[in-house]
Amino acid sequence: MSQPNSNEESVVSVRTMEIVTAALFAIVALVVMYDSSRVGAGWASDGPEAGYFPFYVGLIMLVSSGVILVSNLLNKAPKAATFVERGQLKLVVSVLVPTIVFVAVIGFLGIYVAAAIFIAFFMSWLGKYPVVKILPIAILIPLALFVMFEIWFLVPLPKGPVETFFGY
Amino acid sequence: MNLMHGFGVLADPMNIVYMFVGITLGVLIGVLPGLGGANGVAILLPLTFSMSPTSAIIMLSCIYWGALFGGAITSVLFNIPGEPWSVATTFDGHPMAQQGRAGEALTAAFTSSFFGAFLAVILITFLAPVIAGFALRFGPAEFFAVQLLTFCSFVGMGKESPFKVLTAMMLGFALAAVGLDTVTGQLRMTFGTIELLRGFDFLIAVIGLFGIGEILLTMEEGLAFKGKSARINPAVVLHTWKQLPKYWITALRGSIVGCWMGITPGGATPASFMSYGLAKRFSRNGARFGTGEIEGVVAPETAAHAAGTSALLPMLTLGIPGSPTAAVLLGGLLIWGLQPGPLLFVEQKEFVWGLIASMYLGNVVGLIVVLTTVPLFASILRIPFSIIAPIIIVICAVGAYTVHNAFMDIAVMLVFGVLGYVFKKLSYPLAPLVLALVLGDMAESSFRQAMLLSQGDLAIFWSNPLVGSIVTLALAMLFWPVISLAIGRFRGSPAAPVSVK
Repeated sequence: MSQPNSNEESVVSVRTMEIVTAALFAIVALVVMYDSSRVGAGWASDGPEAGYFPFYVGLIMLVSSGVILVSNLLNKAPKAATFVERGQLKLVVSVLVPTIVFVAVIGFLGIYVAAAIFIAFFMSWLGKYPVVKILPIAILIPLALFVMFEIWFLVPLPKGPVETFFGY
Repeated sequence: MNLMHGFGVLADPMNIVYMFVGITLGVLIGVLPGLGGANGVAILLPLTFSMSPTSAIIMLSCIYWGALFGGAITSVLFNIPGEPWSVATTFDGHPMAQQGRAGEALTAAFTSSFFGAFLAVILITFLAPVIAGFALRFGPAEFFAVQLLTFCSFVGMGKESPFKVLTAMMLGFALAAVGLDTVTGQLRMTFGTIELLRGFDFLIAVIGLFGIGEILLTMEEGLAFKGKSARINPAVVLHTWKQLPKYWITALRGSIVGCWMGITPGGATPASFMSYGLAKRFSRNGARFGTGEIEGVVAPETAAHAAGTSALLPMLTLGIPGSPTAAVLLGGLLIWGLQPGPLLFVEQKEFVWGLIASMYLGNVVGLIVVLTTVPLFASILRIPFSIIAPIIIVICAVGAYTVHNAFMDIAVMLVFGVLGYVFKKLSYPLAPLVLALVLGDMAESSFRQAMLLSQGDLAIFWSNPLVGSIVTLALAMLFWPVISLAIGRFRGSPAAPVSVK
């Protein structure tokens, strides 16, 4: 894997992530089994109860994640592989955070305006494009989506005050 | 003779026009995430009300073919499978695109789709009554056996640790169980949340796991988008066509698996996964699957299209739709006052054979339309990542929203995106998770029905040779890692131990 960033300090090792993920799976499995027992995981007079199938699903998940967890706990390799380096994490976060903000903004401004702002921000911040290149793309893409979904296929997407202003 | 009559129906030039329009609209629907074949046909159904039933069904089925073709485009180019049966196409199709072989991958995908569908149409033409009778023998136990076989083949054939395959698969089943239990009406794992009543839709999970997850992974390596050197021209198409005959066994096997799963009806999704698994097991290049093998594109595409096409057979002969899209088409038939079933072949000869003839011609037209538009789609890969990434994220958000018109689903998609990123880095396979999410409800209900029939006795899964052989095969697949280890020991060669990492 090529490293574009010189910052190659490990944030977390693969082994730690394996242990954390397997433990989370085991917790999910326990939750599934608990809830299945709550709704009934046995055999009622009219056949299998609601939790009959999911209970065993949870049980298999618990056993298999348990094997992964134990094998990683026992495996004490002196030099653990890196899950993610600091430079890589920074890049991933630089996409993830604006995406989370984009999703949150959809609730207030509607998907089209939020998309225009998101595309413009992404191109300007990460791509360092000039405004003359950003504007047409940031406006035309949401517009194309609007025409396709709202007008052609009559599928309504979340809209905000701007669309209301134009009568949609 | 009847088929010739069908081609006579197609001689009407307007029907050919409807065919082109249908295919083009279908490709557009297939490319846009969230608008699958079933949705597309449903949305465009009103367009056909003014047409004769034959013209209408020709156009609708062509939308269906177009959507089947279109699904491969986003799978290969962006790793976003628009339909569950396109998931297996991403395994090798997307790596090919990343290596700058997008045109080759798309040409292989389209041509294989055409091949699979074509064999299925031939099957429909000649074997309709015989196979329809076979489908009648399928009860809940047989349905569950087929689904079990699909799931077990993942555990035995996957290159990942069987424990990781099982964990990911069970997560899919657990997510599928969330919401209202359709049998007892009880709420499962909703924890008092209204949003969880709907459960988790596979499409939202797929868009997050594959689409967003892929962007996060690509981002890790900087802003260089590896696929930008993709070039496509007629020479690439011809070059790919020259290579394809080498994989005739894979294509034929995929088509047979697809036809079987389409008719029984197991569906296109398990068909594509099963065909991929079989190809990986039996191919000389099996070990290289997942790194950009053209054979890894041929296998799932032939099976998915053979299944998608042959799913229309039980719909026409028995009135049982073999796929969601076939169900919508069935709805269309009823709107025009046509009652599907064996009598349809007697009373509405012109309609049935016109439709079957349109399947032949529709697939040829489909191949022409998609191949001529490949350069257009492949050129998308040349757009720099900092422009295409936000656009893909926006399209993913749109796709996630359109599934249930729920804002919450966009947030769920994002969570699946992060999950996809972590899972890929830790080698947890995503395919069994998605497949379990797709088939979870169906598998559970067939299992429960089978258990009801037998009053909880598992012997029902060996109650006849058909179900018995499928279940035995499934168990052999499940324990394949242990069996191969034992065979290795017996022969005295050091077999690779079962990895749990």
